[in-house]
Amino acid sequence: MQIFTCPSCGARDEREFHFSGELGKVRPNTTGEVNEEEWATYLHTQGNELGAVREVWMHMTCAELFVMERDSVTMEVLSTTPLRKDVS
Amino acid sequence: MSSHRISRSVSERVLNFTFDGRRYVGREGDTIASALLANGVRVMGRSFKYHRPRGPWGAWVDDPNAVMSVRLGTVELPNCPATTTYLEEGMVARSVNAWPSAQFDIKAGLDVFHRWLSAGFYYKTFMWPDWHLFEPMIRRMAGLGAVSDDVLENYVSEQTHDRCAVLVIGAGPAGLVAARKAAEAGEDVALVDDHRLLGGGVYQQKTLEGKTPDVWVAEQTAAITAAGGRILTATTAFGIFDHQLVGLVQQGAFGTAPKLIRMRAGRVVMATGALDRPITFANNDRPGIFSVDAAAEYLARYDVLLGRRIALVSNNTLADGTEARLTTAGATVIRIDPTTGALKARGSKRLKGIWQDDRLHSADTILASGGMTPTVHLWRHAGGKLDWCDNRQVFVPGKGPDFLTAVGAANGEFDIDAAIAKVREPETAIKTSYHMTPLWPQPGSKGRQWIDFQHDVTLKDVELAARENYVSVEHLKRYTTLGMAHDQGKTSNMAGLAAMAAIQDRPIPEIGTTTFRPPFVPVPIETYHGHHRGQNLHPVKRLRLENAHRAAGAALCEYGGWLRPGWYGAGEAKDRIRAEVLQARKAAGIFDGSPLGKIEVMGPDAEDFVNFVYYNTIATMKPGQIRYGFMLTEGGVVYDDGVIARLGPNRFVISCSSSHVDGVRNHLETWRQDGNDPDRIYVQDTTAHWATVTVTGPKARDIVAALLPNEDVSAKAFQHMTFIETEWQGTPIRVARVSFTGDSSFELSLRQSKAEDLWGAVKSLAEPMGAGLMGLEAMLILRAEKGFIVVGKDTDGETMPHDLGFGVPRSKKKAAFLGDRSLHTEKANTKVRNQLVGLQVEDDSGPLPTGAHLTNGDTRPKSQGYVTSSYLSPTLDQPIALAMVQNGAARMGETVTVWHLGETRNATICSPCFFDTDGDRLNA
Ligand SMILES: [Zn+2]
Repeated sequence: MQIFTCPSCGARDEREFHFSGELGKVRPNTTGEVNEEEWATYLHTQGNELGAVREVWMHMTCAELFVMERDSVTMEVLSTTPLRKDVS
Repeated sequence: MSSHRISRSVSERVLNFTFDGRRYVGREGDTIASALLANGVRVMGRSFKYHRPRGPWGAWVDDPNAVMSVRLGTVELPNCPATTTYLEEGMVARSVNAWPSAQFDIKAGLDVFHRWLSAGFYYKTFMWPDWHLFEPMIRRMAGLGAVSDDVLENYVSEQTHDRCAVLVIGAGPAGLVAARKAAEAGEDVALVDDHRLLGGGVYQQKTLEGKTPDVWVAEQTAAITAAGGRILTATTAFGIFDHQLVGLVQQGAFGTAPKLIRMRAGRVVMATGALDRPITFANNDRPGIFSVDAAAEYLARYDVLLGRRIALVSNNTLADGTEARLTTAGATVIRIDPTTGALKARGSKRLKGIWQDDRLHSADTILASGGMTPTVHLWRHAGGKLDWCDNRQVFVPGKGPDFLTAVGAANGEFDIDAAIAKVREPETAIKTSYHMTPLWPQPGSKGRQWIDFQHDVTLKDVELAARENYVSVEHLKRYTTLGMAHDQGKTSNMAGLAAMAAIQDRPIPEIGTTTFRPPFVPVPIETYHGHHRGQNLHPVKRLRLENAHRAAGAALCEYGGWLRPGWYGAGEAKDRIRAEVLQARKAAGIFDGSPLGKIEVMGPDAEDFVNFVYYNTIATMKPGQIRYGFMLTEGGVVYDDGVIARLGPNRFVISCSSSHVDGVRNHLETWRQDGNDPDRIYVQDTTAHWATVTVTGPKARDIVAALLPNEDVSAKAFQHMTFIETEWQGTPIRVARVSFTGDSSFELSLRQSKAEDLWGAVKSLAEPMGAGLMGLEAMLILRAEKGFIVVGKDTDGETMPHDLGFGVPRSKKKAAFLGDRSLHTEKANTKVRNQLVGLQVEDDSGPLPTGAHLTNGDTRPKSQGYVTSSYLSPTLDQPIALAMVQNGAARMGETVTVWHLGETRNATICSPCFFDTDGDRLNA
């Protein structure tokens, strides 16, 4: 069982967290033309890298989204930072 | 009797027990195996496949043979290893896989057929015509022990979470010294050992550092405790998991569930020792053949001398000390070098001796050692690598995670003095006294030579697997079941992979090991779940009005995680539900709708936000209005349906499905924070703050008018899909006109603390008008009569809104919304999509089965959809059904075949709305 550190609440059991997605995915502007390939890539293509990855997670008990940098091989958590840049 | 207890003057508590119906006497501290050996009993079980007689090979967790079913009082547990189950007064032990006893097993005749029972036998033989024909017979013949039908009510594992700075696993000499060193350095130390008696292999020594083993151990434990260290006995570290979590299982008295400790350790010292490995020779599975290490343990820990005339077959120097101690204890020891000629055991249930080439050494006992194997399971669980050491012919811990170190025999240091010196001074170069000559299975050699004792895998099976190209050790394992018994290959894996290496003429490290997975020893499932079962695993959400419902005789059932009234009153459920439906259609039904979601979305960007997360256009709504709509996934699939109310320019309430509230809230939060400015939108789940009483039916308006005399609730003043905010008895109340029944309906919501008052008031106003309480089952029928869907029941993971008849936003909505692009793919436009329809039944056989398939009626039918909801409609007095069917909207009036479990009926596709199709009742 892993321990993740919510930037707001501190270290908690992994069962309190929900994986939201890989960081950096941008939703295509659907008010304009979006071709099939572009949309399929957005929906289904994941980097799924070995080693250091950057992901968005939600701490469900406080509902805050944050960025977690972790090693997908050793499961080591490298950093957790708020998703919002300007959070105090 | 070959094996026997050496008498001691110490008076010990005597323990009475039986094995296969015979009475024996053991003593305090015995395992079942040591007690039986002390009584001269060696045959303790039968092997899995050939039913060969088997006795213990090991003295502890490495033993693959002596598995028993043990009863004590009213508790019976199967799968008890005799070598690790401590004896208790009154135990009744039975051999498993043997009938009537291990000594005389009727199925032993199977051994004669061994030529036809080779590796892959089941795979090859029972293919035609169908494995399932043979399965019951094979299942009866196979297996070890039978599970008792009695449920052990009190067999519940305690579970705790713990942490320490240093966790030392194994209290042999190296572990004790490591724990003492860390504790005396001021670290918070926990030391665990799977025995009740600490010390590991130390009792095999005459002295250690000039002291007898028990004095030396007592000194170490006293020092550890004095320095603040904790010691846990009878506790096995069964696995290392992510983030330095070590699973510990602590055994108590027999029949009590073991305790689970989730230990989070800053640093872990692995002092798990080493296991003696068997020598592969002909008939090496006979009872009376033990490991050299086991003989030393039985003598040192239990005063049991395994034989009177012992053939000691070893390729390494550790046997020297054991030879001396056995001789001192009174045995005659014949030393045999296994590297100088082919070996074969003589004798069956009673061992007669051992052949080496043409020479017979008579003996009643054979002790074998093919060298020590470090216990590296935990190292591999933690992701550590293994290095091959050619001198010792072992895999030793290589590069591992920073938090983990290995000491002592687990690190390949089999010389105790050298091992503890290295723990004290890690930098000093140590000279070890351990030497061995490589000795591995010889492919092509004669006789039946066992690799895996419990699963009856022989060297020939490994050779057969290699011939059939199962050359990877992972394939070898699965094809032959090598290493898959309860011991998980502790004795067999090294022999198996060495045999495969020899067959392929490749070095052992090139062949590699199979994956080591937790648990290290069998751990009962109950230990993992502990108290977390039933309600404790998944607590239901409870209504504020639960007591009121109980007082009214509600049948409370779980719906979407909530405990809710299914119906009210005694008698047949279907009669009660029918009566509630008819009452609601005739007068009115009163329904507890509190679990309906009430998620508020507020802020200057709230309008754009809800317009984005909804399929429907929300931006055009005016305050006071309510709209029905869908939330989609980005894949365009319907995720939730419900109504949204606009409270003000910047404030909305999303009333999602009762079972989806948590999911919808997470969904909204995700889009709020990732892709929007979270300072301009707020999402607040207020579901738990509100109670909602729904009144529905022709008399609903009269009831609400009586409840709120100052409000004009006429159909003209208070229109469908609008709401008003007012006060009831000084408390703010929100009254919404939305309908899930097709009848005029009012949802009355106010703060939880006033729920009982409102419920009571509505009830007493309603009853004189012929109205009454209504449970969820009636509501489900009422909505089905109108063709209203329940997401997840009438929809599936492919349903898009246009499949449900809601196609307008898809073609008209200009703004971006979740899932929009997915609604215009080739798949979304195909003509054969499942669409929502109704089904009219043509016969007198009652409602269609929910889940039944709709087909074209061919002899080899192909499914064209399925029944999603089906009821006997009390209102219409006929069966009704909703279904998803291919291209359904264009097939109105068509007759389809309904197939269910081989039976077929006919039904006609119709509109999903069966009742009041013009909607006149909505404003009645
Ligand atoms: Zn948090």
